[in-house]
Amino acid sequence: MPELLQFLFSGLTVGAVYALVALGFTIIYNASDVVNFAQGEFVMLGGMITVFAHAAGLPLLLAAGIAIAATAVIGVALNKLAIEPARGAPVVSLIIITIGASIFLRGVASLVFDKQIHRFPAFSGDAPFRIGGATILPQSLWVIAGGVAVFIALWLFFTRTLTGKAVLATSNNRLAAQLVGINTNWVMTLSFALSAAIGALAGVLATPITNTSYDVGIALALKGFAAAMLGGMGNPKGALVGGILLGILEALTAGYLSSQYKDAAAFIVILLVLFIMPQGLFGARQTERV
Amino acid sequence: MLEVSGLTSRYGRIEVLHGIDLAVRSGEIVTVVGANGAGKTTLLRCISGTQPVAGGEIRFRGDDITALPAYRRIGRGITQSPEGRQIFTNLSVEENLRLGAFVHGDARVDRDLEDAFQMFPILREKRNLNAGGLSGGQQQMLAIARALMGRPSCLLLDEPSMGLAPILVQQIFDVISTLKSRDVTVLLIEQNAFGALKIADRGYVMETGRITMDGAADELIADPRIREAYLGI
Repeated sequence: MPELLQFLFSGLTVGAVYALVALGFTIIYNASDVVNFAQGEFVMLGGMITVFAHAAGLPLLLAAGIAIAATAVIGVALNKLAIEPARGAPVVSLIIITIGASIFLRGVASLVFDKQIHRFPAFSGDAPFRIGGATILPQSLWVIAGGVAVFIALWLFFTRTLTGKAVLATSNNRLAAQLVGINTNWVMTLSFALSAAIGALAGVLATPITNTSYDVGIALALKGFAAAMLGGMGNPKGALVGGILLGILEALTAGYLSSQYKDAAAFIVILLVLFIMPQGLFGARQTERV
Repeated sequence: MLEVSGLTSRYGRIEVLHGIDLAVRSGEIVTVVGANGAGKTTLLRCISGTQPVAGGEIRFRGDDITALPAYRRIGRGITQSPEGRQIFTNLSVEENLRLGAFVHGDARVDRDLEDAFQMFPILREKRNLNAGGLSGGQQQMLAIARALMGRPSCLLLDEPSMGLAPILVQQIFDVISTLKSRDVTVLLIEQNAFGALKIADRGYVMETGRITMDGAADELIADPRIREAYLGI
């Protein structure tokens, strides 16, 4: 039993990171139907900028704040320089642009920073808590709390605020959004800034556990994408549940079978779910009449 | 109130509006009628700012708004119910209406919402349902109500009768003719020339990107050329 609990704890931790990446996907997807594959690079930038700002002598909290703000600026630049000029292009072209941006950001990071593996100290020390015979790191609690906090904030944003509705309206019908007075370019800028900031926050929270380097983004983007698909793209609830399910699946497979099979097992379950529910667990069923 | 002069617009290299002159005075219902492909929708999109203007000028209440982005024309008092309704199918009826008042973040929005529900009671019944599930007629009512939520002084309506059953067409035209008492000036684009001219004060006839006739609505209805070409009488 303590064994199972231990697997669940580690699955929950990894799952919360996936959930944060998936939540980052949610906003840009909701605003534009674009799946932003540079989302993983935002996580990498969050971790790496914090590492180097902290190494330069800044307090950890300040370094993390700078990393999140700088990544948000990079997200806005990505929108202004790469996505906005291609406005009107099919969504698939825009997604390919984000893949290109992801390769570009990774390359720049390897030059500006380095190719080493880095970490910075955990926020509340490394002494694990013991619960029911299993242990959990204080940093894991930070990651889980971060995932839940971002989920609640996003859920409130999309269901309770007019700005959140404006984001949803922009993706549903850009023409109509302009006709009710929504500045759709501004909505896109806001979405990229928020998505990038959430990605960076994930990097800041996870780095003390997972370490970081210039090339961690691609794997995280794929896992976060899988989590978002599993839960239902565009739905914050789906991103959270999908992320945590994926993390737990991996941890259980790694624990009871072999860590070599963990990715395969996770993706098999995702495929099965999508066969039965193509919209994902919480995806909106399309109802449209004309 | 609204003056369009020498307006041209193009899709790529093809010019589709060849110098349109049109004026709408405050309090009027003005209609632009014409066949499919005459450029009516393009004209309306130029006025709402969602189609680039190649030449000419659009003035609203004396100000040149030709280069003003679409989202900033709402605050000036121009709102549009677009062709094909273009409602937000992923949001509820009430959310659609509240977004119609996106630029007005004040207490009057609740009162306007109540007004909209009084004008279209069916929307109150369905207020919490997904707008994508409404019937065509209900979606058209929602599109008009959403445009009214923006508190227009000048409302642009693009083919509100398109694809609707005759009884609904009549209902929509009835609503449009009541807008006058609310101080809303209306520019109505219609293929249903007869229905539109019946409620309008003045009319323009558009053919292949040009205005070919204009005049008082009752005169146009009586004109033999119009009767033959558009009214099928």
